[in-house]
Amino acid sequence: MTPTRKKRLTLVGLIVLGVSAATVVAITALQDNMLFFVTPSDVHAQTLPPDRQIRLGGLVADGTVSRDPDSLAVTFGVTDGAHDVKVSFNGILPDLFREGQGVIAHGFMDESGVFRAHEVLARHDETYMPPEVMRALEEAGHPMEASMPR
Amino acid sequence: MIAEFGQVSLILALVLAILLGTLPLYGAHRGNETLMRLAPSLVIGHFVFLAAAYVALSAAFLNHDFTISYVALNSNLLLPWYYRLSAVWGGHEGSLLLWMLMLGGWMLAVAAFSRTLPREFVTRVLAVMAIVSIGFLLFTLLTSNPFDRILPGPTDGRDLNPLLQDPGMIFHPPLLYMGYVGFAVAFGFAIAGLLGGKVERDWVRWARPWTLAAWAFLTGGIALGSWWAYYELGWGGWWFWDPVENASFIPWLIGTALLHSQAVTEKRGSFPAWTVLLSIAAFSMSLLGTFLVRSGVLTSVHAFANDPERGLFILMFMAVVTGAALLLYALRAPRIMTGPGFDWMSRETMLLINNVFFTVSAAMVLLGTLYPLIVDFMGWGQISVGPPYFGAMFILLMTPIVILLPLGPFTRWKQDEVMRVIRPLAASAAVAIVLGLIISAALGAWNLRAITGWIGGIWVMAGAIAWVTRQWRSSRSGLALHQWGMTLAHFGVGVFLIGVAMVESMTFERDMRIAPGQTVEAAGYQFTLHEVTQVKGANWRADEARFTVHRNDREIAAMNPQKRLYHRGGQVMTQVALRPGVTRDLYIAMGEELDAESGAWSIRIHVKPFVRWIWGGAALMTLGGLVSASDRRYWRRRRTEAKQARTAEVPA
Repeated sequence: MTPTRKKRLTLVGLIVLGVSAATVVAITALQDNMLFFVTPSDVHAQTLPPDRQIRLGGLVADGTVSRDPDSLAVTFGVTDGAHDVKVSFNGILPDLFREGQGVIAHGFMDESGVFRAHEVLARHDETYMPPEVMRALEEAGHPMEASMPR
Repeated sequence: MIAEFGQVSLILALVLAILLGTLPLYGAHRGNETLMRLAPSLVIGHFVFLAAAYVALSAAFLNHDFTISYVALNSNLLLPWYYRLSAVWGGHEGSLLLWMLMLGGWMLAVAAFSRTLPREFVTRVLAVMAIVSIGFLLFTLLTSNPFDRILPGPTDGRDLNPLLQDPGMIFHPPLLYMGYVGFAVAFGFAIAGLLGGKVERDWVRWARPWTLAAWAFLTGGIALGSWWAYYELGWGGWWFWDPVENASFIPWLIGTALLHSQAVTEKRGSFPAWTVLLSIAAFSMSLLGTFLVRSGVLTSVHAFANDPERGLFILMFMAVVTGAALLLYALRAPRIMTGPGFDWMSRETMLLINNVFFTVSAAMVLLGTLYPLIVDFMGWGQISVGPPYFGAMFILLMTPIVILLPLGPFTRWKQDEVMRVIRPLAASAAVAIVLGLIISAALGAWNLRAITGWIGGIWVMAGAIAWVTRQWRSSRSGLALHQWGMTLAHFGVGVFLIGVAMVESMTFERDMRIAPGQTVEAAGYQFTLHEVTQVKGANWRADEARFTVHRNDREIAAMNPQKRLYHRGGQVMTQVALRPGVTRDLYIAMGEELDAESGAWSIRIHVKPFVRWIWGGAALMTLGGLVSASDRRYWRRRRTEAKQARTAEVPA
């Protein structure tokens, strides 16, 4: 082997090594930061991945939004038509958060069966519904027609 | 009438694109001059008809022609004229039209500014771009026609999404598309090179300013989008690692790698095949970005109404374009794989390292963005990937880039010595460490992120200055424009780093309840709410909070955030109040009324240090890219050759 080829081989070897190391790190980081999407029915069936942050999606149940008068604490129910889950949140709800509308919350289930959200997302458009929520509603047997504007 | 006029224009543009994508290409293959000469006039016609279609749609918006369903969905009678014009690209169909208009514009520019390159080569570039245009024109006409009628039309439109009724949104999509589409030039160059079976250094030099310009537009577009999200979404973040953001960031990362690899190929002739591959990748990623944004396969904070059928079309189109390009690459690349060797310590190695890290970063973002799709497709459940993944990966991958960046320009081509490179930078390193520690301490930002951010940022900036100073001294003629451009962009990286480190480590952020007359303390500022009143705008009314901000018993700002209700769509929108500053932004967003009796509202207050540096750095990078692209060195050969051609014509 000529010195040039040897050098090149070393270089290629180093790159391959680096990229493989990066891949391992990436996969590990990916595993740690995965958020599972669950529906109220999943919560009810207790098929939750344990000790994990999850994304809960569904519709805000009618007449369930209640605020604490002295703080930013708020609770509301999330439903997929079949089951409900109570969500508690401390902070500012998004502009398009409304009863009967799609919502996604990030957080944990606590021991008492309340979902503690640290982030609540709603849609950003009059016609937009998060695809996961749409599917969750269909699976629970309560499909919602996306209303086309006229 | 106007809609039919636009429709016919689009169809004519398609016909011309088909002609352009076939006849001149065949001409280039057979060496038929007549067919190749068709290309420039076809390019002009193609552009003219696209422009006509675009003007037709704009006219429909200005005239409130609600029988066109796209207009009815994205405009209404109360919308001011400038938003009616920008509403043309406010939705899917119109933004596609803008995309194609830009592609037509880039093709026109290529035809106009490349007259002295071999005719075959330019013809092939234009034909490849025309084929891309065919795909998009078909897509538009078949699945998302902006000129579709609804009869009878409604009396009033539904209104442009209020989030898009904003000056930042007027310029964000056009800039972003200029970048996306600009990579089509580099793509055309790569395919033309492969078709011709060789890549010459002159051609790479020719491709560089186009890539630089596209990259600069993309940088500007992404920065503008980030700025828009910052003040418009009301969350105070500047980057969310959202799929839609990633969709524009992946082409940017690949584009950055491409710029640097083009430098090597042009100057030294090394890694030509890699440059070609990156050119293909940059444009494919732009197509993928368009697909991700438009198909709705991913949940995104920015996702607007969309349609899976369209996504499928783009996906197939992307598969065809990328697949064909890669196949061609596989067949032809071995032929062009030549290049002189280089030592491990050389500019080539430096730029190779840059390329490795940037492409790996792009792969990382791509993995994080597509992983949920793969998992879902395999039936393993529905997941999403949280921002910490991207954050962690980027810190890991960008650290070596930041450390090595100042060394790059100092390193000689082919072979160099470590000491010779490091010596002139010793002062910069010392300054960075000392100044970084002092500033962090002075600002009270005594944490790892802020300290490393300051040291890294100053190191990059000082390195850029050191390089300029040395070049200035050593050469009589001063620096060339492309050198200034590079230095500006690298300096911008330093500015950006400091901004990111400070925002990520020192932001004060709190949601609170506040009633009129109350004062809250935030990071040394006192925010007092005086009253909440009703105000009216052209197509909305709002609750407006009147705040004053004091610091050290001195009033420094009056801030009036709003909660708007748009009449037509009934959408509620948070209009934040911002007090920008070089070293900090004050930011107030209204939540909702909590108690009608006391008038208490939930309010989000942020004090964000150095957040402007993020966009300032990006602006410097954009400027650097444009300055570099304008360097005469990339165009000079054309002139000398034109001169030679003239002298040759003089009869002896």
